[in-house]
Amino acid sequence: MNISELPGDDDSGPTCRTYVFRNESHTLGNSLKCIINKYDDVEFCGYTVPHPAESKMHFRIQARETPALEVLKRGLKDLEMVCDHTINLFDKEVKRFNKV
Amino acid sequence: MPKFDEKPRVFLEEFRVKNAPEDYGLDDETWDFKKFVKKFKIVVVRMDNFEMEFDLIGIQPAFANAFRRLMLSEVPSMAIEKVMIKNNTSIIQDEVLAHRLGLIPLKADPRLFEYKSEEDTEGTEFNTLEFSLKVKCTNSKSQPKDSYRAEDLYENHSIYSSHMKWHPIGNQATVYKEADVGPVHKDILISKMRPGHEIDLQMIAVKGIGKDHAKFSPVATATYRLLPEVTLTREVCDSEATLLQSCFSPGVIGIDSKNRAYVKDARYDACSRNVYRYDTIKDSAILSRVRDHFIFNVESVGAIPPQIIFVEAVKILRDKCRSFLDELNKFS
Repeated sequence: MNISELPGDDDSGPTCRTYVFRNESHTLGNSLKCIINKYDDVEFCGYTVPHPAESKMHFRIQARETPALEVLKRGLKDLEMVCDHTINLFDKEVKRFNKV
Repeated sequence: MPKFDEKPRVFLEEFRVKNAPEDYGLDDETWDFKKFVKKFKIVVVRMDNFEMEFDLIGIQPAFANAFRRLMLSEVPSMAIEKVMIKNNTSIIQDEVLAHRLGLIPLKADPRLFEYKSEEDTEGTEFNTLEFSLKVKCTNSKSQPKDSYRAEDLYENHSIYSSHMKWHPIGNQATVYKEADVGPVHKDILISKMRPGHEIDLQMIAVKGIGKDHAKFSPVATATYRLLPEVTLTREVCDSEATLLQSCFSPGVIGIDSKNRAYVKDARYDACSRNVYRYDTIKDSAILSRVRDHFIFNVESVGAIPPQIIFVEAVKILRDKCRSFLDELNKFS
């Protein structure tokens, strides 16, 4: 498993969670945080790489009403859409450049 | 103060760097994919097989930085990973020689190869490339009388990457040509020798990523910077105009037929703040950078062209999102 939940959030309901991503760091963490922070329902979203020698990234989500898992899924979907759009647009622009 | 259009800016003032009061959606706007698509633009400025310059306009710094990081450390390429030294009597030590060989960029397209897993002891035709290097330095047969130059006296006194020989495994010979998999440059100096010195070794190249070792990075550099802008606030003429021109990089400030200074093209300005050294003209220019206009510079090492490196980088980020989504869907 490359993703797991950090224990200790049982009292705070399903809206607050910390997820641990294995083999990830600032590349995914920062871009995901950047999207999720812009959601209306999200109170706090942040990430940290607790130790540079351990390839782990902790990702914290605190939402008001939506479950944190749903927020994270939505974030990943949105980031995937951003990537798809970037690839398409870039290919189009490269083709246009080659024509000229 | 001239009127600025709706772009997020950062101002380079005399003693500080000031963010503009209006962020125009860079910070606290709610996420809207349609809005992102509408704002986001890509412009290719310069492109060939080795180097590329393009602009990403209207994008979050987090994304721009993610793409840069991915190009540097997560897009794969092929490099020499193992060196079996049978004989090395040259003055360069075994481990230094092996390290040098690892850094030689290979032309092999990493997309056509698979990763070799740790358990695989034997490489297959799908994940490894084999090379050998066998050179012996001797005295030249036609010894010139009055020359002391190494190239006249000795044979094979310098080993170049062109001395490397490729040994196809399995079906590789029918799929690739030596020029498609060998070193990108033929003239990389590996070692220097004198008569009696000999190097005989075998090399194994595998696919890897820059996170593991920099030799696997497909780019020489991948950088971005923000678009510089210079705005003139008043008319600057004659000697002041030439002084103003000298404060910026060449080509940034032009002088028209009436000896008035105007901003020709601020794109390649080095953003030095020399204007502020002169009291007479320091009030005439506003220096700024556009915070959501990223000028990317990607320089390929030679295996794959830069435009493909960028697309591969974005694909890696997308695939990461997909695999994590799949895992989360199984979560509960």
